[in-house]
Amino acid sequence: MAVIEVQGLVKRFGLKTILKGMDFRADFGEFVGLLGPNGAGKTTFLRILSSLSRPSFGQVRVAGFQLPQQAAGVRANLGVLSHQPLLYGDLTGEENLEFYGRMYAVENMPERINEVLDLVDLTNRRRDLVRTYSRGMAQRLAIARAVIHDPAILLLDEPYTGLDQDASAMLDAVLKQIAAQGRTVVMTSHDLVRTAELCTRFDVLSRGKIIASASRDEVPQDGLLAFYRRAIMAPAGGKEAGNGATLPA
Amino acid sequence: MAQPFRRKHQTSFARAMWAVARKDLSAEWRSREMFSAMLIFSLLVVFIFNFSLDLNPKTQREVTAGMLWVTFTFAGTLGLNRSMAIEKDRSCLDGLLLAPVDRSAIYFGKVIGNLIFMITVEIIVLPLFSIFYNINLFNPGLLAVVALGSVGYVVVGTLLATMTVQTRTRDVLLPILLFPVVLPVVASAVRASTFFLQGQPMDLIWPNINIIIAFDLIYIALAYMVFDFVVEE
Repeated sequence: MAVIEVQGLVKRFGLKTILKGMDFRADFGEFVGLLGPNGAGKTTFLRILSSLSRPSFGQVRVAGFQLPQQAAGVRANLGVLSHQPLLYGDLTGEENLEFYGRMYAVENMPERINEVLDLVDLTNRRRDLVRTYSRGMAQRLAIARAVIHDPAILLLDEPYTGLDQDASAMLDAVLKQIAAQGRTVVMTSHDLVRTAELCTRFDVLSRGKIIASASRDEVPQDGLLAFYRRAIMAPAGGKEAGNGATLPA
Repeated sequence: MAQPFRRKHQTSFARAMWAVARKDLSAEWRSREMFSAMLIFSLLVVFIFNFSLDLNPKTQREVTAGMLWVTFTFAGTLGLNRSMAIEKDRSCLDGLLLAPVDRSAIYFGKVIGNLIFMITVEIIVLPLFSIFYNINLFNPGLLAVVALGSVGYVVVGTLLATMTVQTRTRDVLLPILLFPVVLPVVASAVRASTFFLQGQPMDLIWPNINIIIAFDLIYIALAYMVFDFVVEE
């Protein structure tokens, strides 16, 4: 079942076209790794999926809701985690979660806050101001924020940026746990090792389109870098993959 | 084609608005950055005017309202800039916009927070003005004008601060955009306040109050209509 369906997506900023008729599909329970060079339009694409940016042309359907017309329906089913934690430094961890819980009409808020704080192992720091958190702790609290309303879809925009090894490993563990709960996840990252470990499908975005797509079974465990390089170096066009995208020769 | 997901229960407009205002008040209660800046600036203006101008009682009644509104508007600009900068600095504005609520509720939540900060500063500054300028500012009519003028100022200011916060020169750009737009409200508020202090008849004052009310309503309606477009890429 398609949870995210994108057809012919075009995004223009003034005279510059970032996305040039992009097609994309993510099915229920998939963990899609969206790879691509800097400036390929990965963040722009995620901002469109999360209704923060309006598509110039094309069809975008998320969780059965059309964008931009049914944006509130999309947002209710969506959790977003980026390299910015989207948290208020002058509020405690718990107050941040309470605030976002109110905005998402979370039921049984105290219990839910306990659950998500437990998930990210921050229960003992819940009453500390977020500005006193380390970068890794803030990012873990950001995960709690992103899942406080139990969304069916998670969009992760380079979530490992700025994290040290320990914090990244902890984020790995939390993301695996979240993915195991049956959510559809789309993650952009430059960290191919982690992408290979976490994702069930890999799409390469370049020149404003998905230029290559493969499932984990199609890419050898240590072969993601080679797959990515072939995709980036390949001329436009190539072998058709099952979902309408192209695989590099 | 995907089956529609269940549309989850959504936060009402009023609850979302109050959540945003409450969040701003809690954060400010901790940091006191915005409030301190507004208050210290206001007190400095009161002292500077007091020591630099040697006014006779008649002139004082004519210019006090102007000085009062200069204080409020400049202090208000400091607060408005800071209020939106907090949202922008850690991309928290994105976090707000991702919530499945009417985006106007976010705007009006910010307006309520900013209005509470501005009125709190006014409550502290008004008695000081009364003492330093030896003039009774606790006239119910004057207080109503201060409240109505503050509403218009904050409604426009919050909208423009949302626009200018995206720019590098936001501290400079906000007053440049805000003062011309809010001029009808401030000019009418200064006139109405002066007339109250001079004890002029109400039929001279009402037209100014009506202008403030009319502009307040126009600004509120306009902000409600355009906020969605202001925050969208």
